[in-house]
Amino acid sequence: MSMEYYEEDVPHVLAVDDNIIDRKLIERLLKTSSCRVTVAENAIRALEYLGLKENQQQSQFNGKGAKVNMIITDYCMPGMTGYELLQKIKESSMLKDVPVVIMSSENIPNRINECLEKGAERFILKPLKLADVKMLRCQLTKC
Amino acid sequence: MAAVSQLQRQFIEYTTSLYNEGYLDDQYTQLQKLQDESNPDFVVEVVSLFFEDSEKLLNNLATALQQKIVDYKQVDSHVHQFKGSSSSIGAQRVTNVCIHFRNFCEEKNLDGCLRCLQQLKHEYIQVRNKLEGLFRLEQQILQAGGSVPMMESICTSASTMSSSGKLSA
Repeated sequence: MSMEYYEEDVPHVLAVDDNIIDRKLIERLLKTSSCRVTVAENAIRALEYLGLKENQQQSQFNGKGAKVNMIITDYCMPGMTGYELLQKIKESSMLKDVPVVIMSSENIPNRINECLEKGAERFILKPLKLADVKMLRCQLTKC
Repeated sequence: MAAVSQLQRQFIEYTTSLYNEGYLDDQYTQLQKLQDESNPDFVVEVVSLFFEDSEKLLNNLATALQQKIVDYKQVDSHVHQFKGSSSSIGAQRVTNVCIHFRNFCEEKNLDGCLRCLQQLKHEYIQVRNKLEGLFRLEQQILQAGGSVPMMESICTSASTMSSSGKLSA
């Protein structure tokens, strides 16, 4: 899978989390790892940013969505969960190749399996640490 | 300068005790690693967000538990938030109370929930006071012209599980 990078080879990551402290943390973690970061406070906003509306079919993708190299999302969110967001992304012809990482504070094997089977790149336990993000960054640049 | 090294020693002792007594865990160290010259106030900023958010959550919890018919899902949702944010900044004692609290929510045990709320308030106020004390010490060191010692890994708490990669089918 080839990665197209933004100018200057800086990967663009979309981080989705309903918790304000976690949003600040993930943003800083990613910026420290030389990523360009956009944060969204819920899955609907994330989909809008990506150019996918909730009730649209993939054929109605409006092409005005932002280009991202990775999406990292919390699992437990009110409204649409991270799992449901993952589903929508994998169902979209435009977005299905974007790696999606799921974060959760709960270590539930069924949940982990579910996400990985749905096509999540990785499942990371919260709280997020520098080592976690460095590993993801390495994956993005295939170092 | 003698004053600076004394303050620095005080800082190290105080920080060490906070880790030893379980007020803070390794996640707080992680936060410090994210602070640098380009983001010199990162830790204070995140912790301030935590204080604001916590106070809101404590109020929401008090309100939710005062209802004639308590919505335990709602209560649990607030505790889940609190657990998440306290865990993300390393406020270990607060996180631990949240874990017990969630069990009482599941059991729909009002008494248990009310007790946990009191405990939560207590632990939150404690860690807030400790962190504010820590920040004050940092300011004193900086004002005296010194630098704040970096605490690499002085926590004594057991390491938590970190990321899991792909599981083979």
